Amino acid sequence: MLARPHITEVSGWGRTAPTAADVRRPTSSTELRRALPTRSVRGLLARGLGRGYGDCAQNSGGTVVETTDVDAFTIHDADPADDTVLVTAEAGASIDRLLHALVPQGLFVPVTPGTRYVTVGGAVAADIHGKNHHRKGSWCQHVISLHLQLASGEVVEVGPERDPELFWATAGGMGLTGVVLDATFRCPRIASSRLLVDTDRAADLDEVLALMATGDHAYDYSVAWIDLMAGGKATGRSVLTRGRFATAEEASAATGADPLAYRAGVLAPAPPWVPDGLLNKLTVRAFNELWFRKAPVSRRDELQTIPTFFHPLDMVGGWNRMYGPAGFLQWQFVVPFGSERALRRIVEELSRAGCTSFLAVLKAFGDGDPGPLSFPAAGWTLALDIPTGVRGLGPLLDRLDELVASEGGRVYLAKDSRLRPELVPVMYPRLDAWREVRRRVDPEGRITSDLARRLRL
Amino acid sequence: MRDALGAVQSVLVLGGGSEIAGAIVDRLVGARCRTVVLAAREPDALDPTLDRLRAAGAATAEAVAFDALDPGSHQATIDAVFDRHGDIDMVIVAFGVLGDQATFDHDPVAAAEAASANYVGAVSASLVVADRFRRQGHGTLLVLSSVAGVRTRADNYVYGSTKAGLDAFAQGLGDALVGTGARVVVVRPGFVHTKMTEGRPPAPFSTTPDAVADAVMAGLAKGREVIWAPPVLVALFTVFRVLPRAVWRRVSAR
Repeated sequence: MLARPHITEVSGWGRTAPTAADVRRPTSSTELRRALPTRSVRGLLARGLGRGYGDCAQNSGGTVVETTDVDAFTIHDADPADDTVLVTAEAGASIDRLLHALVPQGLFVPVTPGTRYVTVGGAVAADIHGKNHHRKGSWCQHVISLHLQLASGEVVEVGPERDPELFWATAGGMGLTGVVLDATFRCPRIASSRLLVDTDRAADLDEVLALMATGDHAYDYSVAWIDLMAGGKATGRSVLTRGRFATAEEASAATGADPLAYRAGVLAPAPPWVPDGLLNKLTVRAFNELWFRKAPVSRRDELQTIPTFFHPLDMVGGWNRMYGPAGFLQWQFVVPFGSERALRRIVEELSRAGCTSFLAVLKAFGDGDPGPLSFPAAGWTLALDIPTGVRGLGPLLDRLDELVASEGGRVYLAKDSRLRPELVPVMYPRLDAWREVRRRVDPEGRITSDLARRLRL
Repeated sequence: MRDALGAVQSVLVLGGGSEIAGAIVDRLVGARCRTVVLAAREPDALDPTLDRLRAAGAATAEAVAFDALDPGSHQATIDAVFDRHGDIDMVIVAFGVLGDQATFDHDPVAAAEAASANYVGAVSASLVVADRFRRQGHGTLLVLSSVAGVRTRADNYVYGSTKAGLDAFAQGLGDALVGTGARVVVVRPGFVHTKMTEGRPPAPFSTTPDAVADAVMAGLAKGREVIWAPPVLVALFTVFRVLPRAVWRRVSAR
């Protein structure tokens, strides 16, 4: 055999462009810390649950350290009068595991993305956002300190007040400033494990944008699912769901005796093998149509569980396999408020291109944070999955990238798998400041990734 | 690095004068490719090609000397390219001679030389590349085979047999490399109108370097391991492959 025994191919969630690395899986934080300094000539990278879509958690020919077994966490004591409670979690602790411990104690995570299968290390590296971004910002805005192991092996503690340059370079820094060992963050209190959800169906893009612009401030959580396969007058038709955690009293009808009861699991795994082309224009269009029709035009105060509201896709294990062996990519961008015309053009072009895209996600972001590579910024963000086989997809997305960049917007590096490297400094104008910090802590670039190589970060 | 849509950022062409490879490289540069190294027996002759590639957006375009008939030199030549440019995302094995069967019939040495270039040279060069790909943890080896190797014809069986050997070698190498991040893609064009085939009677479904390159790009985007050009040939040769010899002799005779 040509392959050495510990060499394994690693890919992102989209399963495109896998590369091989020496994959290690330490079982304790002590063992994790022994990985640095690395002897590998192609460097080292920490990897969590691999939910990044592209190549951000790959390090071809080098070392990849999977942190998922280093997952201890502590819920600190707090004054009952405090709004939040501090939690310290090791890098590999997942939001899934945290929620199972936090929710029954009346706590929630400060931010959750559309999947709970992300680690705390990954949450820092991508500075993840969720449905509450317009109110609460992204993950790193809730982190008060973290331990970072630098390429030299030295462990430093950083936070917004302690070496803020390094802290913010790490926030959204795609794991390239060092290995996050643990993070301490503020978790909000909740009175029940149910959400009170309002649903509004919008006939087109203008309507959903207007609904969000005028009403989001009244909700803690807000997101719209948009049907990109609908064309003509229906272009941009959406279902907007917004809500807040219910009080124990409001939730009692659904929860019975225990308002904080929490159950989350995988209902069914995706089949192990899916033929190419299962998701074609016809099937996806039919699915989107059904989903739009089944949504109420307007519904108020519906009680939903945490998994239903926040993590609907997690109910199907390994759903990324549904796209078949060729894989898929996700494209997510943000354009500033005021760029509605560009947003409209993008939605129209995607709709016209007939990309077989399941529901895309549209949200209004609040202000961004100081992280030079942190993605969120005030404006509209749209995220969509596209199978890689779509004809003309590369040139189409290149054109749309240019449009996003010219509007002062950017794409999300945690999702990227194909951006033209020349656009990174345009989309992230403070890239050089970030590079300077990286040079300070890792002059030889020993902590690196395929994303860093491809985009020449 | 190769991106999610199969576009690469750097390419080395072994047999840099190949028109098919040239058409592929044009498309790679049109997408994401910024580093192009053309390896050929006479690198100086490639200056116009290099100028064209630079004008199309290649930040680095250079030609290096490479002799398919000297396997002993392959390691040093290929290592030098990888060492100088860092990661090479794709290597195209494009060298080869068609030769003239009528000449080969009376010149066994010339026939052996064609076999050495097309098969032996490709084996040694591909193995050097495979080792570099394994070390960098990724890479696509694109091997220009031919339908002539799928079923050899009486009027070009020397060439056909070299491609049959190359095709089998490339498939085996691709299987051996599974799990290493490296992969092998075999391209099987039909009759392609190029300077190599000039003056030869075209076979049915004959094609052009541009059409082959388009089929290659589409195949790469879809993650194919074998790319037929034009794609219709896969159906045709599925039948040809199983024809009895006597029938095949009549079908392939012209």
